[in-house]
Formats: sequence, structure tokens, C-alpha cells
Amino acid sequence: MDILPILSTLRRHKITALLVILEIALTCAIVCNAVFLVSQRLERIHMVSGVAEHELLEVELANIGPKADDSARTAEDLAALRQIPGVTSVASVNQLPFANSSNNSGIKIDRKQNKSSLNATTYYGENIADTFGLQLVAGRFLKADDYVDIDTAKKAFVAGDAKGLPKNTVITLAMAERLWPGQQALGKQIYMGNDLPLTVVGVIKNLVRPSIWDDATAQYSMLVPIQVSDGVYAIRTAPQERDRVLKAALEKLKQANPHRVVLQKRTWDEIREKFFQNDRAMTGLLVGVCVALLVVTALGIVGLGSFWVAQRRRQIGVRRALGATRGNILHYFQTENFLLATIGIVLGMALAYGVNLFLMVHYELPRLPVMYLPLGAVVLWLIGQVAVLGPAMRAAAVPPVVATRSV
Amino acid sequence: MFDYYLDLAWRSLRRSPGLTVLMVLAIGFGVAASMTTYSVFRAVSGDPIPWKSSKLFVPQIDPWGPSGRASDGEPPDALTYTDAMALMHAHRAKLQSAMYRISPSLVPEQTGQHPINVSGHAVYGEFFPMLDVPFLYGAGWSADDDAHQAPVVVISGELNRKFFGGANSVGRSLSMDGKDYRVVGVMGDWNPQPRFYDLASSANFNAIGEGVFIPFERGIAAGIYNSGNTNCYEPTKGAGFIGLQQSSCTWVSYMALLDSSAAASQYRQYLDSYAREQQQAGRFHWAPNNLLRDVPAVLDHQGVVPSDTRISLLVALGLLVVCLVNTVGLMLAKFLRRSSEIGVRRALGAPRRALYAQFLIEAGLIGAAGGALGLLLTGAGVMSVGLVFRPEIAALARLDWSLLGITMVLAVGATLLAGLYPTFRAARVQPAWQLKSN
Repeated sequence: MDILPILSTLRRHKITALLVILEIALTCAIVCNAVFLVSQRLERIHMVSGVAEHELLEVELANIGPKADDSARTAEDLAALRQIPGVTSVASVNQLPFANSSNNSGIKIDRKQNKSSLNATTYYGENIADTFGLQLVAGRFLKADDYVDIDTAKKAFVAGDAKGLPKNTVITLAMAERLWPGQQALGKQIYMGNDLPLTVVGVIKNLVRPSIWDDATAQYSMLVPIQVSDGVYAIRTAPQERDRVLKAALEKLKQANPHRVVLQKRTWDEIREKFFQNDRAMTGLLVGVCVALLVVTALGIVGLGSFWVAQRRRQIGVRRALGATRGNILHYFQTENFLLATIGIVLGMALAYGVNLFLMVHYELPRLPVMYLPLGAVVLWLIGQVAVLGPAMRAAAVPPVVATRSV
Repeated sequence: MFDYYLDLAWRSLRRSPGLTVLMVLAIGFGVAASMTTYSVFRAVSGDPIPWKSSKLFVPQIDPWGPSGRASDGEPPDALTYTDAMALMHAHRAKLQSAMYRISPSLVPEQTGQHPINVSGHAVYGEFFPMLDVPFLYGAGWSADDDAHQAPVVVISGELNRKFFGGANSVGRSLSMDGKDYRVVGVMGDWNPQPRFYDLASSANFNAIGEGVFIPFERGIAAGIYNSGNTNCYEPTKGAGFIGLQQSSCTWVSYMALLDSSAAASQYRQYLDSYAREQQQAGRFHWAPNNLLRDVPAVLDHQGVVPSDTRISLLVALGLLVVCLVNTVGLMLAKFLRRSSEIGVRRALGAPRRALYAQFLIEAGLIGAAGGALGLLLTGAGVMSVGLVFRPEIAALARLDWSLLGITMVLAVGATLLAGLYPTFRAARVQPAWQLKSN
């Protein structure tokens, strides 16, 4: 196919051709960046939690009036929950991953350090590793004799009595890597806040925080051997048993003490879904806008193509009369569209890169992977070709006899 | 003449209905998509109290010293109980209130009903006039009630409906955490988003409004525990709520109304002199490190506006631009073909002015139709925001009429321009030449 005649035709329709190019360029730039944003969202939505996701249940209770002996009541509750058939493990915890409310603490590796090395979330509660289904990579989990009651620990802290304080901790691999890059974390000491020394006895693969400010620190979690009685229970059971066990658990807890308010009763899957609800909404919105952009661009090409064909009916007739085949005419319009699309895509890539730079500066986004550019180009080429097919076929159907008619 | 041109335009548009529909759709769609996204953006970034926000200030005092500071060197977002009480007693602002979040259990009067858990705040009486809280019945409480730890409560309209059937419940009693409180006020519809008065300890967005407000000192005396965030630099020494009050943990939020910048700088000086006093008294071992930000600055610093939404606004604007470019292209293609028609009319004696009028009316018709469609689609879009976004955010998605107006003007302006350019070109050419060339 000879390109030169196409170019000379386009030169006579500078403005319309320019607008098509501009439209394709803008669409290319926006779609490349939007798809990149979507992929970032999706990556976030699939963030690793480190827990047995489909096996966990949460029940949270609140007391009315003055508090009685919390730890005894909690022990009763735990015993009752364990009796439910199908329950593999139960723990009274202070927080759950992705549940949004969290206890956090500054962590130092040297008592004399001026500033904390990092901020980590602290998971309390006996039996938490079993219930959450955490995966150990080194050392051991916390044992029953590591645990101290939270009130005892507080009193011991005030009295300066080392006996009643927790001594060991289990941290995540991400936290260990950040504190001691490339070193063995087992046996090392960390300081919670200013004064509480803890020895690392185990390292777990993953455990995500309940609330995440910065995705880079999402895995900075540690288990501290403190027993809590906050009324937050994590229950582990087989996935297909969850509904039944949750109902049974609520009944058991109501039997144990009817004067309590149930604040939460849900599966951990619901917690996760709620946590990423906004990310999913944003993904949907971006995908919708991308589709809309591509459709609008395609419609624009169809519209302009049809117009051009209608405008050039006579020329097409002349070409046909002079011996051009239907195929020739079809290819003419397809090549024309390909040319316009290519110029648009080249401009669009430069623009996409520019938009990405702007987003990197203002919204701390990572650099657009180069792979998105050829992908965007292929999509736009395809859309251009599909969109122009209709008008081009109509052009090919123009009979040669048109050339003989005067206007 | 106008009627005639309108008729001409209508005929011309009817000649190519597909293209006309396409142009109208492109405009309407572009306007609607960008406005819907923008309404979501506004929902999460909008100033919750625009008429007063620059006069409302949040003081921050550093109770932990250099080693406890975050990497930006700023003091914590909330105050310790000790500092909050000191500021409250000094009473240097026009209106002010310390506050903390509570979630007490309410027991309905009728037996057999289950107790419910509500969220709320323990505040001082000045809280209500300071934030222009609307009242359906009654009002807030007095400074006297604050001082005497009076068992009074201000409840939300929703809670009033739930517990008292929506009647005027002022003077009735409400059982909260096992104690009786007297209702002194029922709030009107008040649920500012984001909850700017207590950003330090609240989730940013809550669909459920605040249920109860009780006097701060009553909450402390009755041992109603803080249910907001607590940040500690060192473990608390004492046990329970009393231990928390004596600790250096930050958990009390604070807001002060300062009318002028002079008042704000005076308050800053006061904060510094307070910190110096504490330093001399040996409680602080560091130079004063205080902050006093107004509400917009606090919102900005806390990053309450998700950057996602801002990016999606950019994407939506891009969509509008592409739609406009598309329309302009189609209009140009349509109008550029009409040079012969223009030639004929010119040859028959029509002045250029008449031609401009005719084509502008045609372009304007398309623009207006597109704009109207855009308006309809925007309405539908805003209504369906709830299908995509969390109800908390969707409830706040409201149309910005002025911006919608600007977008419509932009859309119609672009179509007019697209109609004007071919007319301008065609009208310049000698009519005879145009007639001949065909």
C-alpha cells in the first residue's frame, strides 16, 4: 500500500486528522496510567495477611456497668467456646489483622537509641499463633509459660519487678529484616517503648497489621506474651463450618452472661473485604473510566471515518472506475487509520510518561513499567482498526458508477 | 430570523441523525463522568465546616521530648489528660473544649429490649456553640453543669427516635453504663464528615452519627473509658482509667475557637509559655515544641483526603477532554463540508453575520442537547455512587452546581467554537469560487 497519497489527502484535512491524533494520544496516555493505577490497587487488595483467612471468626463483646473479674470471665468464655464441635482453636486477643483498630509501639534495638527504629503493632493473647494459623520460619512460638496477665504485667512494670514482665517475643520476617538486615534475629533483644526488653524467640513469615498507614510497613507485627480480656475472641474452624460455629459461639457466650452487648460477629473474610472496600471501588471507577474512554475514542473514529467516506464518495468512485478493487479501497482506509493511530500512539506514550512523572512527584506513585506502553499501543491499534472497519467497508461498497454522476 | 435558523439547524441535524446522536452523547457522557467523579472527590475532601474552619484550632503539646517524636519532629496529635486540663483551666480562647471518644451502652427503659452500644464524645459545654451544633429540642449544658459533673446528656435525633419515639425528650432520663442521665438537648441532623473535631482519635469516616455527648468531667468521674486512640511513649504506671489519666499517654483531643490571627498568635505564645512553665517545673526536659493548626491545615496534614480520589478526578477530567476533542472533531467534519451551502447563501446575498448566526445556532443546539443529557446522566451517576462506594462516602457525594455549570459552559463553548471555525473559513472565501469548485 502506498502511503504517500494517504499523507497528501490527510494534509488537506489537517484539523480533523489532528483531532483524531490528539484523541488517540490522550486516550493512550490516560488509559496507560489508569491501568497502571488499577494494577497497583489490585496488588494492594491481594496483600498477604499471614493468617488462615477462610478459617477465622471474630466475636467482640462489651460489658455494661462496672467491670467484674475480667480474666476469670474470659477463661470461662474461652472454655465454653472450645466445647463447640468443629472449633479447632480459640484465643482472647487485643486485635485482628485488617480489623482497623490497633495497638502499636515504637521499637528500639538499643536502649540508648534516641528515636525508635520502627513502629510495630503488638498482638496480645495466648494461643494466638495457633488460632491465626501463623507460619513459623525460625525459632519457636510463644509457650504457655511465656505468658503473663496484662494487669500483673502493668503492676510489675510500675514496681520495677522483672519477674511479672513478658520476656520473649515473636516477630515477622519483614520486621527482622528491617531491624537486622541479613542477620539472624533469634536471640536478639528489642525494646518496646523505652523500657521493656524482649528477646526474639521466633520469626514468623507474615502477619499483617490491623491498620495500615504505609504499605511498606504493613508487615511490622510482633506477638507479645500478654493475656488480655478485652472481650475480643478469635475462633478458628473449618471454612464450611463457619456459619454454624458463629451461631453456636454467640449462643454459648449469651448463656455465660446475658448482659453483654455483641459489638462484632463476623468472619475474617468480611473483615478483609471491608478493609479493601475503597480500593475495590476505586478500581471499579478507574476500569469504568478506561472502558468509557476507549468506547468514546472508537465512536469518534467511527463518526469521522463515516464522514470522510461520505465526503469522498466521488473520489472513491473514480478510483474504482480506474480499476481499484474493493480490497484496495478497504486497505486505503485501514492504512489511513493505522497511520493516524501510530502518530497518536507515539504522542500518547510521551504524554503517558509525562503524566506518570507528574503523578510520581505529586502522589508518590512508582514509575510506570515500560511494558504498559506497547500494551496500550496494541489496544489502541486494534480499537482503531475495528472502529474504522465499518466505514471502510461502506467505502469499498461504493460502485464505480458514482464517478460518472455529476453532483 | 431565529426561528428560521432553528428550523435550518434542525433539518441539518436530521440529515445525519447518527452523527448528531454521537456528538450529543459524547458531550453528555463527558460532562456526567467527570462531574460524578468530582462529586465523590468533594465528598471526602470537602471542608466540613467551611464558614468557621479557619477559626477553629487544634493545639499540640509535646509531652514526650525529642526521643519520642516521629521522624518529622512533630508533637503527637492528641494531648495528655494533664495538658488538656491545664489548657481548659487557663481558658484562653473564646470558646474551647477538651474531648474524648466514648462508646457507652444504653439500656432502654422498656424491659426485654437489648442494650445498645452507641458512640459519642465527652465534651465541655462550649463545644456546642463553638461548632454551631444544631438543636431540635433543648440545648447544650452550662459551665455550671461542667463544674458539677452533672449527669446530663445531649443525644442525636436518631437516638431520640429510637428511644423516645421522636418526641421532645428534654428532661427525660436515659440509662447509660448503669447510671441515669437527664436529657438536656436533642441534636438536629448533625454528622460532619470527616469528623474534624476529633481527627486524632476517630475513624475518618463514619456513617453512623454521634449518639451521645456527656460532660467531660462527668465522663472522667464516672469512669467512662476512652474508646478512641491512645498513644503511649512509655507503659502506663497506674492501672485502669485512673492510670491513663496520670500517664503521659495522649488521648484527649482539643479544639479552640480563635477569632483573629492576632488571637491565634497570642494563643501560640500562651502554649509556649505553658511548655516553658512545665520545663521549669521539671515535667518537660526539652524546649517547647508546640503546634497550633487550624482545621484545614489539620485535615491536610492528616492526609484525610485519599490521593486516589484526586487521581481519579484527573482521570475524569481527561475523559471530559477526550469527549470534547471528539465532539469538536465531529463538528468540524460536519461543518467543513458545508462550504458549498455557505457559498450558495453568500451568492444569494446573505451577509457573513447571518451565516455566523445560523451555524452558531446549530452548534449551540448540539451543545445544549449534550449539556442537558450530561445533566441527566450526572444526576443518575451521583445517585448510583452508592453502588460503587462505601455508604459513608456515598452519603456525602453531592453535586457541586457551580462546577457543573462551568463544565456545561465548557462543553457548549467547545461546540460553538467547533461550529465557528469552519464558518469563519468558509465565509472568508469568495462565494463565486466556492460555487465553481463544485
